[in-house]
Amino acid sequence: MGKRKVQEINASSMADIAFLLLIFFLVTTTMSVDKGLSRRLPPPLPPNMEKPDIDVKKRNIFIVLVNSNNQLLVQGEPLDVKQLKEKAKLFIQNEANDASLPEKVPVEVEFDGIKETLLTTKNHVISLQNDRGTQYQKYIEVQNELVAAYNELRNEMAQARFGMKYDELDENRQKAIQTIYPQKISEAEPKNYGGKK
Amino acid sequence: MATIRRKGNKEVPAISTASLPDIIFMLLFFFMVSTSMKEVTYKVDIHAPEATELQSLEKKSLVRYVYVGEPKKEFKGKYGSETRIQLDDAFADVSQLEEYVVREREAMNENDQNLLTISIKADRDTKMGIITDIKQALRRAYALKVNYAATKRVQY
Repeated sequence: MGKRKVQEINASSMADIAFLLLIFFLVTTTMSVDKGLSRRLPPPLPPNMEKPDIDVKKRNIFIVLVNSNNQLLVQGEPLDVKQLKEKAKLFIQNEANDASLPEKVPVEVEFDGIKETLLTTKNHVISLQNDRGTQYQKYIEVQNELVAAYNELRNEMAQARFGMKYDELDENRQKAIQTIYPQKISEAEPKNYGGKK
Repeated sequence: MATIRRKGNKEVPAISTASLPDIIFMLLFFFMVSTSMKEVTYKVDIHAPEATELQSLEKKSLVRYVYVGEPKKEFKGKYGSETRIQLDDAFADVSQLEEYVVREREAMNENDQNLLTISIKADRDTKMGIITDIKQALRRAYALKVNYAATKRVQY
């Protein structure tokens, strides 16, 4: 007898096996990427220390209160969430240098190595306070509108300066714009206005 | 003129399926790479709130999750319908959160420890009271990077 050829392994069932695995991964897969609003919490206060009294001029503070019925009080006036962004933008920008809006302070900004001094509302603070009974969705909406206000202002500045969106800029340019529009959202310690626990 | 003519009526040859496994494998690898298994089984009901200014969480290994919501139906008998928090696979109390964060951080690579991000996945109807308690606990644990999980809002 001559040399017998080694018989080839039948590979036709390979497709079936692969299909099986494929279907398993198709079923178990969750494509959704985790997304959310990123924020930074302030560091904790040392327990034996009094709260530092930071003196902020009244015109520099933008107060947003949310009560347990999810109603907003912005600068002493009731407001709808949908209008919050515009109002916050006006406040942060203070284009007309209004006396009731935050003061303008000269700040040195470096654009591509060239230093410029611009007037910005560096000292402004957006103070957000909510009730313990506020709905989480409302809180996220308010945060979202405030972040959106900053993002829009930064985008406008980026467009005017570099003709690009803020996200597309390199790190140094982003930093420059950040110094013009620093994000200052401060969250006050919550109070229980409603009385209900 | 010479024309090519078929000799007789030859049958159309069957399409070779030899490359089918390769194609399927390609798909398979795509799904294997892009897939992310569910981290835990939820014991609480979570309908994420909606927002527009979202940022995606980049490195999964640096993220720990805190789930907040009402217990699912099958746990309601045992745990009631009060909003609870879930850490990993078990219900927990806010007082345990600080310890949990410290423990998780110590288990991490030393270089990554200050990059730890806590993602708060809370139900949209949660009251802010419990969220505030969580935030205070995170501050005490020095886990200052937080992410409020939300889904993209299409319109108002």
